[in-house]
Amino acid sequence: MRRYSAFAIAREAARFHSGWDRAWRSPTPRSAYDAIIVGAGGHGLATAYYLGKNHGLTNVAVIEKGWLGGGNTGRNTTIIRSNYLQDPSAAIYEKARSLYETLSQDLNYNIMFSPRGVMMLAQTQHEVRGYQRTAHANALQGVTTEFVGPKRVKELCPIINIDGPRYPVLGGLWQARAGTARHDAVAWGYARACSDMGMDIIQQCEVTGITREGGKVTGVETTKGAIGCKKLGVVVAGHSGVVANMAGFRLPIESVALQALVSEPIKPVMDIVVMANTVHGYMSQSDKGEMVIGGGADGYNNYTQRGSFQHVEETVRALIETFPMLSRLKMLRWWGGIVDMTGDRSPIISKTPVENMFINCGWGTGGFKAIPGSGWAMAELMATGGSPLAQEFSLGRFREGRFIDESVAAGVAH
Amino acid sequence: MSSRLPQGGRLIDRSTRMAFTFNGTPMTGFRGDTLASALLANGQRLMGRSFKYHRPRGVVTSGAEEPNALVNLGRGDRLEPNQRATTTPLFDGLTARSQNHWPSLEYDIGEVNVALSRFLPAGFYYKTFIHPRVAWKHVFEPFIRQSAGLGKAPKKPDPDRYEHFYAHVDVVIAGAGMAGLQAALVAGRAGLNVLLCEQEGHAGGRLPVDGGMADADGWIEGTVAALAAMPNVTMRLNTQVSGVYDHGYVLAYERIADDAPGSDAPRHRLWRIRARHVIAATGALERPLSFAGNDKPGVMLASALRDYIVNYGVSAGDRTVIVTNNDDAYRTALAIKAAGLDVPCIVDARPEVTGDLPARARAAGIEVKTGMGIAEVRGRKGVTGVRLCRQAGSGVPVEEVACDAVAMSGGWSPVVHLWSHCGGKLTWDDAGAFFRPDHARPPTNQDGAGFVTCLGAADGALVTQDALSNADAMARQVVGALGVKPAAADLPETDSVAEAPLMPVWVMPHGAGPKKRAKMWLDFQNDVKVSDVQLAAQEGFESVEHTKRYTTLGMATDQGKLSNINGLAILAEARGAAIPDVGTTTFRPPYTPISMGAIAGEARGEIFQPLRRTPIHDWHAGRGAYWEPVGYWRRPYCFPQEDESHADAVAREIDATRNGVGLLDASTLGKIIVKGPDAGRFMDMLYTNMMSSLKPGRCRYGLMCNENGFLMDDGVVARLNDDTFLVHTTTGGADHVHAHMEDWLQCEWWDWQVFTANVTEAWAQIAVVGPKARTVLEKLGTGIDLSAEGLPFMAWAEGRIGGFDARVFRISFSGELSFEVAVPASQGLAFWEALMEAGGEFGITPYGTEALHVMRAEKGFIMIGDETDGTVIPQDLGLDWAISKKKDDYLGKRAHERSHMTDPERWKLVGLETVDGSVLPDGSYAIAEGENANGQRNTQGRVTSTYYSPTLGKGIAMGLVLNGPDRMGEVLTFNTTEVPERGGPPKTIEAQIVSPVFYDPEGEKQNV
Ligand SMILES: Cc1cc2nc3c(=O)[nH]c(=O)nc-3n(C[C@H](O)[C@H](O)[C@H](O)COP(=O)(O)OP(=O)(O)OC[C@H]3O[C@@H](n4cnc5c(N)ncnc54)[C@H](O)[C@@H]3O)c2cc1C
Repeated sequence: MRRYSAFAIAREAARFHSGWDRAWRSPTPRSAYDAIIVGAGGHGLATAYYLGKNHGLTNVAVIEKGWLGGGNTGRNTTIIRSNYLQDPSAAIYEKARSLYETLSQDLNYNIMFSPRGVMMLAQTQHEVRGYQRTAHANALQGVTTEFVGPKRVKELCPIINIDGPRYPVLGGLWQARAGTARHDAVAWGYARACSDMGMDIIQQCEVTGITREGGKVTGVETTKGAIGCKKLGVVVAGHSGVVANMAGFRLPIESVALQALVSEPIKPVMDIVVMANTVHGYMSQSDKGEMVIGGGADGYNNYTQRGSFQHVEETVRALIETFPMLSRLKMLRWWGGIVDMTGDRSPIISKTPVENMFINCGWGTGGFKAIPGSGWAMAELMATGGSPLAQEFSLGRFREGRFIDESVAAGVAH
Repeated sequence: MSSRLPQGGRLIDRSTRMAFTFNGTPMTGFRGDTLASALLANGQRLMGRSFKYHRPRGVVTSGAEEPNALVNLGRGDRLEPNQRATTTPLFDGLTARSQNHWPSLEYDIGEVNVALSRFLPAGFYYKTFIHPRVAWKHVFEPFIRQSAGLGKAPKKPDPDRYEHFYAHVDVVIAGAGMAGLQAALVAGRAGLNVLLCEQEGHAGGRLPVDGGMADADGWIEGTVAALAAMPNVTMRLNTQVSGVYDHGYVLAYERIADDAPGSDAPRHRLWRIRARHVIAATGALERPLSFAGNDKPGVMLASALRDYIVNYGVSAGDRTVIVTNNDDAYRTALAIKAAGLDVPCIVDARPEVTGDLPARARAAGIEVKTGMGIAEVRGRKGVTGVRLCRQAGSGVPVEEVACDAVAMSGGWSPVVHLWSHCGGKLTWDDAGAFFRPDHARPPTNQDGAGFVTCLGAADGALVTQDALSNADAMARQVVGALGVKPAAADLPETDSVAEAPLMPVWVMPHGAGPKKRAKMWLDFQNDVKVSDVQLAAQEGFESVEHTKRYTTLGMATDQGKLSNINGLAILAEARGAAIPDVGTTTFRPPYTPISMGAIAGEARGEIFQPLRRTPIHDWHAGRGAYWEPVGYWRRPYCFPQEDESHADAVAREIDATRNGVGLLDASTLGKIIVKGPDAGRFMDMLYTNMMSSLKPGRCRYGLMCNENGFLMDDGVVARLNDDTFLVHTTTGGADHVHAHMEDWLQCEWWDWQVFTANVTEAWAQIAVVGPKARTVLEKLGTGIDLSAEGLPFMAWAEGRIGGFDARVFRISFSGELSFEVAVPASQGLAFWEALMEAGGEFGITPYGTEALHVMRAEKGFIMIGDETDGTVIPQDLGLDWAISKKKDDYLGKRAHERSHMTDPERWKLVGLETVDGSVLPDGSYAIAEGENANGQRNTQGRVTSTYYSPTLGKGIAMGLVLNGPDRMGEVLTFNTTEVPERGGPPKTIEAQIVSPVFYDPEGEKQNV
């Protein structure tokens, strides 16, 4: 693989960039692999990457029905934070966040991790207490957060309206080393690194069946033919229920549309990410200058990737209340993604009833931030049969009632 | 130079001058001008800078698709960034500033990026700025952020207002061009309810400019008048249909007062429309051609150039070279000639040019150069000439032509956005080289039928006569499908000229090398060039989505209206695939950007969400209540007097209540009636307790769990009569609990005879609390026996108190003698005032939510949301007594049997008291030995509520602790978030496990 650097660019400039290779190969599938990952979203690609990097397993294929990174990995609002309340969540999100810090260097691909800080506003007494609790939990979890007062909120984000009239800002939970990254680059960077390790990323290839023998997985059927494997990792987010069905089991997952929108680009006005859960909305400013906005998920199940206007209306209202300057900006783009929600709003990284078949899903509205940590844990689970980071996220928890409920801490979880 | 022509301009009124400024320079225009036409008329062709390279840019279009001419409009709190000059009507006093440059539009430091552009190809930032790690955050990113972005955001709140309109119509028609007008006639005459929306300030669209009908203006005027006479047809100008959604939901965006800042009209209006059918008569957009230097100020779409001449009497230049691959652009040449200006030549990429329009051009003395293209545009901040070459070769210049403007036309693309918003599919039209709606795969409605129809040019019928008959025929189909017989046809005469086919030209010249391709712009605003798309394909970004994201093609404020097809074609060429095989990106609403203000509508400030008020709300406000938002309600947190602190106010309120009498406005508590023969059975499922055995006249405290067994709400249930229960819920839980009830009744137990009604707002409920509570009520005079025997604890009675119809509930959340009295909401304030007066002699004191919370904590009563958080079961809170053992089932029962719920290691409710009497921090955790597998500190409990108790004069707290109830007296260490001294260990605080009931453990006070 050609390394990327400023020098490489300068060299290529001389010949009009005619010498750049493909970022990833586009191979035809072999008949069998040691491991197959279904789904080339961020989580699937990261799983493959850490299988290779941490466990030396490189005879791996990643199979994608569309284009890599074209699912929710390429549709989200890119918030990365780890100020979660429950121990298992804080562990995996913090692992992910710390991996993000050096991911550009690890992958030799600038994924633009920008630790600009995330502020979660407390606008009711209830929220104040909730975030104080999170701050206490975080202190023991090794996650650096701080509960700050309204004055500090205003200093960090001058465009915010802290005094009401409906929900004056009473404080906020501040995580200085949280932030954003460029979502596409995360998928592309992992894909390039996987391809470089000799893994096959097979796009435009849909998995249509899962072959088993004596309760063990033996391979997959795809639109490009049957492919054998010793281990199978299914990482298909919103379509997890469909793929699980192919292997004969059901998942506690519902799929709903989550929407986001951006304004036209403007000169920088906001350096941090602000989430306002009482009024239901959050916002940051991208490096292009667009205000990136999101809110809650639609209240009904669907697969259309089109949400309802009424949700966007609510989100925009909430944010105009919080950031009055927004009113005269214009909404440029608006889209939706289908998110995979579990009952407790926490993910599943688990063995399945089928031996050697593993599943990673349920990241719902907030899995972008988890990509490196989730890939790390899933790879460990697939390679060694167990992972402390994944431990609590097993499917068994739904039977036992061992939920990991984060809605405790925040109404909107991104 | 661009300039105003001595005559012409069908949309301007030369008798009304308008003064405006651009970058501080005073200029004038006419009524009817757009900002763009007025700037051109003033010789101002340079209008902005591009996003990435800060290239100097002029206007390229005359409409909503404009990528370059974006300005900061207005000033102060009415500043608006990124306003398109092409769709901004000129008004007197308008001020505009160009964007994205420093120090000025003419001299912009950022322009160094042009020189560096070779080093900044598509995706360069993914490949660099990787080392050193910290530099991205502190050096590179801030620099990139600053140089990106376009306009400036206003700093102050928006002084304007916005509103929403609702409409239910049979047909909404987008576009009042020829096709839209004809469709409106057809649908209107058929008697359908029609809403016709036109984004421009005038009807008629391109017809008068492009010709094809002898008296176009006459027909338009006549049609508009005919429509105006139909009561079932509404036409709105300046209104763009911006999005189509499932189930015939449509949004339209009306700009009302953009040209009248400060007027009292709403600025924008958002139409929320439910339509049986959507007709998109949205026309077509011209495409640029890709030749070197096609982005220089003075290079414009041929159609735009003609618009400026015909509509505004403005010329973009004195000598205009036309470059085209189709016949339509010849109309521009003719228009320029007719205006008395020069067209040195028409450069046509087609090897042979026959047909009517070219013949007319030749007859007008214009030279037509066939098989030719532009090798390069000369000039830096404006066109000074073009070098011509053969379209077939690599672009060796064969001659140079001096000119000051270039009109380009690469063909037209139907505007299919509204068709696509809800999933309508497209098909590639080889002859026209564009995508048009695939009639076989329309967006479908709730019945599976197509509900959007594109007609006229939007359906790919570009020539006047075709467009008209297409529009008429398709509109008849729509009307028929809606079950109405259309009236007899009535089509105007047209005199369309036949046009020769176009020749697709995606790169000019065909064999252009890399150097040239790096100067051909596809996406003007985002600076995406032909070479960038090729690079993306070369690097494996083969899907449209990948290419778009890698290069930012089509991601600018014009959303790729000009660049989509051209970019797609380049990608297809690079991949060696056919265009339709490469696909197209999804079009999403809005068609053009719409203001956030319009989306929010009237909901601003105080009323940005519904504000619920109790009947006593204003009284609280008058007493200086410090408010706490709870759901949509606002409740007094406390009533501070003069300069009393909140803590002091709370202490005073508690003291007055515990020693005299306090009043709480409890009207916000949820009140839900559950009624019917099966009400008892239903209540038994809803609550963990046995409710069916409750006697009329009695109350019972109950717990409600969700399916997973977690405690979701609690409250007192009163049985009103045999088949009626009154359920009290928490304030925040009322709507949710009601929905929960209905969910079960409608989805699972639909055959049970139970009705529910949320009557929360029908009653004002006032808690009269404290040792003097009974005395105050009796003083008011009542027929109800309020004595301990007459109305014992957990009983309720109905009657009159002080002349008010009332229900009295003998319940207590404070541990004091307490009566909750409900009176009809209309009587609430009067009753409250009567109580205040009667209680005056006992020092009656209104108290707020904080006093309520402290008093309940002193008594060890749990609070939903504090002791519970969605993970807590009643058993954790020592509430096993409220779980009926006699019932077969209740919601949550099965869950309570899961292994984790019966785990003896669950954390349980206890009281906590710090060793030194201080207040434990909220949410603090009890630390345990060691770390877990992920290196996190182990814990053994947490604080759920913590207060300073004025009654006891010390801090008290409740918490959940591992085996807590068995560890009374043990001291635990809790963490704090206080910053430790430098190098010191984290600060902790010790607290002892005690009973959660801190005050009056025997309950003597509430039972008196
Ligand atoms: C609007 C929105 C905003 C969000 N904002 C944030 C945020 O700010 N922060 C955050 O952390 N998270 C956010 N998220 C959530 C985040 O995007 C997702 O949790 C995360 O991207 C999921 O990644 P993934 O790799 O699991 O799924 P995906 O990226 O969806 O990848 C799954 C892949 O599987 C493929 N696939 C499916 N079925 C098959 C099959 N049968 N055969 C082969 N391939 C198949 C799909 O094509 C897809 O490419 C947001 C989500 C949305 C929709």
